[in-house]
Amino acid sequence: MADKPFIHPYIPNAAPATKEAMLRELGLGSVEEIYAEIPERLRFRGRLDIPEPILAERDLRKHVMGLLDKNTSGVDHLNFCGAGCWQHHVPSVVDEVINRAEFVSAYCGGDYSDLGKYLSRFEFNSMLAELLDFDAVANPIYDWGDVAGRSFRMARRITGRDKVLVPSHISPMRLMEIRTLCQPESMPNSTKIRFYEWDRETGKVDLDDLRAKVDDSHAAVYWESPGYLGTIEAHGAEIVAIAHEHGALAINGVDPITLGVLTPPGALGADIACGDIQALGMHMHAGAGCSGFIAFRDDDPVFAQECPLELYTVMETKTPGQYAVGEAIAERTSYGSRDQGVDWVGTASGLWTIAAAVYMAVMGPQGFKELGETCIARSHYAAKLLAEVPGVEVRLSPHFFKEFVVDFDGTGKSVADVNKQLLAHEIFGGKDLSAEFPELGQSALYCVTEYHDQADIEKLAAAVEEVTA
Amino acid sequence: MSETPQEKVARLARLRRDGGVLRDYRSPRYDEPFIMEQGSPGERGVLVPLAEDAVKQAVGEPADYIPEGMARAAAPVLPEMSQHQVLRHYLRYSQMTLGMDLGSDISEGTCTMKYSPKLHEELVRYHRAADLHPWQDEGTLQGLLEIVYETGQYLKEISGMDGFTLQPGGGSHAVYTNACVMRRYFEARGELGQRDEMITTIFSHPCDAATPKVAGFKVITVMPDDNGYPDLEAFKAAVSERTVGCMITNPEDTGIYNPQIDKYVEVLHDAGALAFTDQANANGILGIARARDAGFDACHFNLHKTFSSPHGCEGPASGAYMVTEELAPYLPVPVVTRAGGKYHLDYDRPESIGRVRGFLGNWLCVIRAYAWIRNMGPDGLREVAEISVLNNNYLDMLLMAVKGVTRPYAEGHRRLDQVRYSLEELKEDTGFGTEAVRDRMVDFGIQSYWMSHHPWVVPEPFTPEPCETYDKNDLDEWAATIKKVSDEAYHEPDVVREAPHAQPIDQMRRTEAMEDPAQWAFTWRAYKKKALGRQGPA
Repeated sequence: MADKPFIHPYIPNAAPATKEAMLRELGLGSVEEIYAEIPERLRFRGRLDIPEPILAERDLRKHVMGLLDKNTSGVDHLNFCGAGCWQHHVPSVVDEVINRAEFVSAYCGGDYSDLGKYLSRFEFNSMLAELLDFDAVANPIYDWGDVAGRSFRMARRITGRDKVLVPSHISPMRLMEIRTLCQPESMPNSTKIRFYEWDRETGKVDLDDLRAKVDDSHAAVYWESPGYLGTIEAHGAEIVAIAHEHGALAINGVDPITLGVLTPPGALGADIACGDIQALGMHMHAGAGCSGFIAFRDDDPVFAQECPLELYTVMETKTPGQYAVGEAIAERTSYGSRDQGVDWVGTASGLWTIAAAVYMAVMGPQGFKELGETCIARSHYAAKLLAEVPGVEVRLSPHFFKEFVVDFDGTGKSVADVNKQLLAHEIFGGKDLSAEFPELGQSALYCVTEYHDQADIEKLAAAVEEVTA
Repeated sequence: MSETPQEKVARLARLRRDGGVLRDYRSPRYDEPFIMEQGSPGERGVLVPLAEDAVKQAVGEPADYIPEGMARAAAPVLPEMSQHQVLRHYLRYSQMTLGMDLGSDISEGTCTMKYSPKLHEELVRYHRAADLHPWQDEGTLQGLLEIVYETGQYLKEISGMDGFTLQPGGGSHAVYTNACVMRRYFEARGELGQRDEMITTIFSHPCDAATPKVAGFKVITVMPDDNGYPDLEAFKAAVSERTVGCMITNPEDTGIYNPQIDKYVEVLHDAGALAFTDQANANGILGIARARDAGFDACHFNLHKTFSSPHGCEGPASGAYMVTEELAPYLPVPVVTRAGGKYHLDYDRPESIGRVRGFLGNWLCVIRAYAWIRNMGPDGLREVAEISVLNNNYLDMLLMAVKGVTRPYAEGHRRLDQVRYSLEELKEDTGFGTEAVRDRMVDFGIQSYWMSHHPWVVPEPFTPEPCETYDKNDLDEWAATIKKVSDEAYHEPDVVREAPHAQPIDQMRRTEAMEDPAQWAFTWRAYKKKALGRQGPA
């Protein structure tokens, strides 16, 4: 191998004649003369100990497909896991657009040469704004937990206060991510997370506890709807009012796919909304389909000025009626001002915003409404059938959209046992909550969407009945 | 026989029909309205499943399950459009996007715009990659975990490091992870009160300054001397018992390899501090030099740059963060491990910094990186490095023959994978700086170039990176484009002043709307209110 020239289809100038011609023009005998810039003591003189190449495309495809075939997918099995990453139907037209080579391969190209990318991004922001009922949407980044943490820091900068109140039934995973972003309390710039309680019967927030906890030292009050445990929050407007009474911002974490049927955060009076767009046309990709958004009020420029993410504005060209899109107030960001920026940003999740744009456009208002009604109907149908299984109980309020808590305590089985046995029925059972919420006993969070039809749900119920018998 | 580089680039900088290599290019221009202004009431783009009659009978009205006051009052103002019309709209947008595959993306230096093999797209779209849930049973994710684990082993070998995480969703995210890991390391040693300063260099990526700041550190930025990197003595002066560590790039954006880099690391280690190197641009050193061999405690790679995962209009991306054994306990959870022939997600790591993102990571990028490394093997990776460095030096020869182009720092030294050039001379001579050249070069079907991160230490900068993907003709064409625009700046200034001429839109008015709260409009509804004076649905 080492003796033969390596002419790879992705490395055109490895062809010996070209390589020699280029070296000759440069007056060089070999590339080693360029690498003379690296002192010998810093050179790696070995041969990397990694596997020999699988050169032919057919062979590589077989090899990697073989590895992927060791996975079992949500197509192979019926999947009822949600908990922040949800299996909804992805319309084919969405994949068709985001698989376009131009979009797949683009990066930070210019306003003119990559115009279509910027227009798509602006349309994503504009359509998400309609779902959320906000005037300003920033360019999304990694996931819900990330944007929640960044929203808290944004609130800290806007208010000059350093504590944020969070409902204690937030997803523990999301909380871990938020804690990393808000920094340990030992650090001078930390944003401190404080908790208010939730109602163990309903899954909604405990407003009395919120009233007791909040004071003028809080930068923000955060709530989610639906919350991690699936419950649609009934008290959004009251939470906003309580926060505002104390000069705190109201931050609403939200799953935007619910907003065809649920009241949007803007209409509730929230100052900032954040959440994940994964449900809007992304495959799950083992969680890589996630992408977090931040939306905010635009009636006070401080929100935009303290926004941690990139902002894009529509603008005009020298030709009347023609539009372009450009980055706004870019000096705020770390790209504009390094460590003097308000936060750091980086390569985020651009392709997913285009997917979500296509998704929102094909769904339209009627699609979102029907999808919401189907999610509610089918998840409640699943809850009803599961609750009929001896020993199985559905917990918390019936106000849920697609996720609900199923308690197996009465069956004498653990969630882990149930889920192991469901695998034999080609089913991924719900997310095990027993370690995260011991007060819910052996409970699991089940997710049922428009993806699951009546037959799927009945198959689940029959399987649960069998494995818990 | 031989033609000088000046003669060569002049010969090339003509249209093809005139014997040169430049394209007579016109971008598609569709005059396409925003989608928010399209469609008609009642049109549908996709139909969603409706609940079956038996389901409806069993559960009743969906509205009964929505708390009072939480039922949406007014429908969202979204397009009502048929599917073909939506598809056509976004296909038009895609055609008005040059991206990397269509253009000559030598332009985006510091981004390593290499070819992303199409096979890899087929792999990640396969349902056993795309339709996996992160919480499904570990035993049903063994293929994915194996790919991640093995990729980690390869990256350990390439960097010389001992531990890895593939949780970060991009390069900056991996760099932020480093700031958190270093903090946790000193917290565990009881030195966090004493150490609060992070050192970086001005030519390191902005995230090397911004992420330690967010992590709560003071940031000290060291400036280069005539060599293009800080003198060792200047670096020493920044280090003290307060130093947490450094977060620096090598080679930096200038393409200059800092031959004293291991001495910096020694200075840091002597002060009890740690050393991280940002290897977002590792393309020129694969198999040539390793971070660990220079003494670094940690480094990272961008799988979407060096390891071929596509950039996807700025993500999803993946940052591979690599550490020594000493720092490994602090890596984010979960860590992928192997035991008894099975792969596991290990959460039982009490010293961990916690999480930097939800679930597992952007592992679709890891699948691509795995496939790419397996396709290259040890000799292929080295060939990637050698050809990228050769390409860069060839392009450099041509660009240095263009009037108005200069290459600051380190005269007489060769650059590795990229170069930061200056058009200061062009600007002094003609009044046209780097932005003007950028906005004209696109008229030849070449992607808009990357100028520089801020601040512009190099005046009127541009930064090409001709990685291994590009053939000699691509390099000639790219240099010829710069030559052509330089000629125009000197001899046909109106052409440059009025540029662009062959793009989907005419010259932008990049001014007030970008900074003025009364004019900026981040959404169409905001624009309608602010500029068009319209309220509510159009």
